[in-house]
Amino acid sequence: MTHATDPALPVSTENGSLLRQDARTRRRNAAETRFKLYGVIAISIGLLMLVTLVTTIVSNGSGAFRQSFVTLDVELLESKLDKTGDRDLEQIKKVSTFGYAPLINGAFETLAAEQGVETALSAKEMGEILSKDAAAQLRDYVLANPDRIGTTAEFTFLANSRVDGYMKGRVSRDSIQNDKNISVEQLDFVDQLVNLGLIEKKFNPAFILGADASDQRPEAAGFGVSMIGSLFMMLVVLVLSLPIGVAASIYLEEFAPKTWWTDVIEVNISNLAAVPSIVFGILGLAVFINTMHLPMSAPLVGGMVLTLMTLPTIIISTRAALKAVPPSIRDAALGIGASRMQSVFHHVLPLAAPGILTGTIIGLAQALGETAPLLLIGMVGFVASNAPDGIVAGLLDPNSAMPAQIYEWAKRADPAFYERAWGGIIILLVFLVAMNTIAVILRRRFERRW
Amino acid sequence: MNDMSRLAGSAIDVETPKILARNVNVFYGDTHAIRDVNVDIANNTVTAFIGPSGCGKSTFLRCLNRMNDTIDSCRVTGSMRLDGEDIYDKRVDPVQLRAKVGMVFQKPNPFPKSIFDNVAYGPKIHGLARSKSDLEEIVERALRRGALWDEVKDRLHAPGTGLSGGQQQRLCIARAVATEPEVLLMDEPCSALDPIATAQVEELIDELRRNFSVVIVTHSMQQAARVSQNTAFFHLGQLVEFGETGQIFTNPEDPRTESYITGRIG
Repeated sequence: MTHATDPALPVSTENGSLLRQDARTRRRNAAETRFKLYGVIAISIGLLMLVTLVTTIVSNGSGAFRQSFVTLDVELLESKLDKTGDRDLEQIKKVSTFGYAPLINGAFETLAAEQGVETALSAKEMGEILSKDAAAQLRDYVLANPDRIGTTAEFTFLANSRVDGYMKGRVSRDSIQNDKNISVEQLDFVDQLVNLGLIEKKFNPAFILGADASDQRPEAAGFGVSMIGSLFMMLVVLVLSLPIGVAASIYLEEFAPKTWWTDVIEVNISNLAAVPSIVFGILGLAVFINTMHLPMSAPLVGGMVLTLMTLPTIIISTRAALKAVPPSIRDAALGIGASRMQSVFHHVLPLAAPGILTGTIIGLAQALGETAPLLLIGMVGFVASNAPDGIVAGLLDPNSAMPAQIYEWAKRADPAFYERAWGGIIILLVFLVAMNTIAVILRRRFERRW
Repeated sequence: MNDMSRLAGSAIDVETPKILARNVNVFYGDTHAIRDVNVDIANNTVTAFIGPSGCGKSTFLRCLNRMNDTIDSCRVTGSMRLDGEDIYDKRVDPVQLRAKVGMVFQKPNPFPKSIFDNVAYGPKIHGLARSKSDLEEIVERALRRGALWDEVKDRLHAPGTGLSGGQQQRLCIARAVATEPEVLLMDEPCSALDPIATAQVEELIDELRRNFSVVIVTHSMQQAARVSQNTAFFHLGQLVEFGETGQIFTNPEDPRTESYITGRIG
């Protein structure tokens, strides 16, 4: 203590002063500052990319959730729909959608006359601004309410995709010069209807809940059925890969003798995780469809193929989670006379569970976003056209999956499908983000410290 | 007749050792870790294994309840008898053996469960409790034997990992005695504890001697001298000297033992 209070202690700078940095220190500090800067730059670039990606997706895809609808009063003429007049459903059913089209055209004619809309269009041309789905919608309504025949009812029909594009600014009078599906006069007519408040853009739940539609009717295409397809596939993946993967990992990690044979298996599992997914697709085609004769395009087969793909991921993460459990816990259990299986199932597995769950959810998320293997088993194409009826049908009926549906839409010629592809990506990303969030929450919640 | 045989049995117990090890050799792959060790573990005594690091005392301890079975490359030869039965016989189930020969480890390793569940786990898997109240009684007795009851009786459902290091180690001892073993193996039970906790555990070991045979591996010669009645000195995989603790520490026969306890080797 005497030194500290001694004011006369002389300052010696012979060996350099502590208050001044020497050249080496300065270089070292400069290098550290530079390195930190590189890190900040790298992260900024990453963030910028992410922001660009999200904005692009949202700006391109948000349009898919809103659709242009036309409000129209249609007179359900008895003379066209029920010639006998006895409301016999079998007779009414004989009238095809072609029989309904004139009613819609007539409704437009009436509308134009009543509201004083000036147009040179024929009734048929006016009717063309509606979706080709409109007649089917009308027919469904009549078959459900045959007693309404003879009255006039108000309907909200989907507008044709060109009209919808015009409403959203995708289609202009210049861009349709060579378009046979729509004319400038029809757009003028649309403008007048907009002024009358008969065409407006609304949130379209059918995009999220509905089925895919044919090439001619992009405005009617929905994502819902392919979501169901994905759901059934994920069920299959979960039911198959979780027990198989966890059981395999427990055996390899806790029971299997460490011989060259288990080493070979271990190396192979790691390699399988890196195998391109299309290889699993062709394997599924050869084994499940050509050899086992399971149905084409079925979510069951898709789920089985994705199980093959997910298993290595689950096994690797489960083994890592088991390895992370301290050996002292196993010793403790064995030391008081627990069998190996008791030590694993009573102590090791509960501690590894958060890691296993996280790995499984990430594996599932990976499988959810996979398209390539589905190409080979026939799940890409115009397949998601009907919602399955029941669980068995859900597993065995032809269906698509979310990423496959997006790919299918992006592939089609009509730009209206392009917008829907982006919309589908938004939904898919919402699912993926939700799954990863659940994984993070589970890990946080159940992680134990020792 | 029954009483007679029981009397005869207890008479033999005093004479014959609890565990008798003869010509024990242990190999890890090609490494010869233990060479020709002969040790007798007596009933109701504390036997201490001392020796420098890597001398094989822990290895030998782990052979006594076949914990080495979990290591694939480990091979044990020779004869090791518990109450006259060879514990390395093919018919012996190591799980049954470990219920008779309990173990406490170097680092306190309570399960990440409640204090109650930690102690109750052994009796549960061995079917020692017939009812819930039975189990509660067993847990209380074990915690009292582990000198922990008074400290934890109000928070039996708090996690065992939340206790202090010394308490955790006493919890592990309570957990080990809850299955009513006949022999208790302790592998450096105090090396992770502070002096106060060490003193408590040592006191406990002396208490435990009344009901169990205790075998303790320790690096502290003072500890060996304090708690044990018999001491075995291991060096380079060989048993150099085995005898009464007093004699080993005051009048060792082998010069290597003398060098070690006086601090010249090890």
